[in-house]
Amino acid sequence: MANIEQQSKGGKQGEVRYLTPLDIDTKKVKKYCRFKKNGIKYIDYKDAKFLLYLVNEQGKILPRRLTGTSLKYQRKVSVAIKRARHLALMPYVGDLLK
Amino acid sequence: MNHYETVFILNPVLSDTQVKETVKKFEDYLVSKGAEVVYKEDWGLKKLAYTIQNKKSGFYHLFEFKADGTAIAPFELEFRRDDSVMRYLTVKLDKHAAAWAEVRKERYKSVKK
Repeated sequence: MANIEQQSKGGKQGEVRYLTPLDIDTKKVKKYCRFKKNGIKYIDYKDAKFLLYLVNEQGKILPRRLTGTSLKYQRKVSVAIKRARHLALMPYVGDLLK
Repeated sequence: MNHYETVFILNPVLSDTQVKETVKKFEDYLVSKGAEVVYKEDWGLKKLAYTIQNKKSGFYHLFEFKADGTAIAPFELEFRRDDSVMRYLTVKLDKHAAAWAEVRKERYKSVKK
C-alpha cells in the first residue's frame, strides 16, 4: 500500500502518475463465527450439504482466517468433515463445485 | 449406558431381501448385547463420493442406540466379519449431539409424510 500512496501523491521516483488519488476503501468486514452467532452447538457429519460451505473446490477444509470460525468450532468442523469423508458423503479430493 | 450412533454402507449388489436380512442381523446382535435401539433410518441407495471396493453407490443405514461401552468392540467386530458391509462408523453422542438427533428426527419425519 505504501508505494501506492507515494505514487498517488505524485512522488518523484514513482514512475506511475495517477491524476486522482487512489482511495481504495477496503472496509475491513468484521468476520464472525457463524456457529457462535446462530447458536449451533453440534456440527452434524451427516448433512454433507452444509459441510460443503466449509470446504473449497478441491474438497479441502477452509482455514479459519477465511471462514472466521472460532477455534472450538473449527475443531468440530474438521472432525465432522473427516467423518463425512470416511463415510463417502464427501470426497477426499475432487472438483466439487465446478 | 452411553448414547451411540452407527452409520454403515452395504454393498449395492445385494438384493433387497439380503439388505433387510443384514440390517436385521445387526439389530438383533445389538439387542442380544443388551443395547436398546432407539431409532433406525434407511437412506436407501446413495451415490458414493468416491468409489469403495470399486462400487459407485451403496445402501446407507443409520442406527441410534443406547449401549454400555463394552458392547461396542464386539459390535464393530461383527461389521468387520460381514463382507457385505463396505464401511461403518460408530460415534458416541454427547448431549449436544443427542439434542440435535432429536431435532433431526422431527425434520426427517415431516419430510417423509
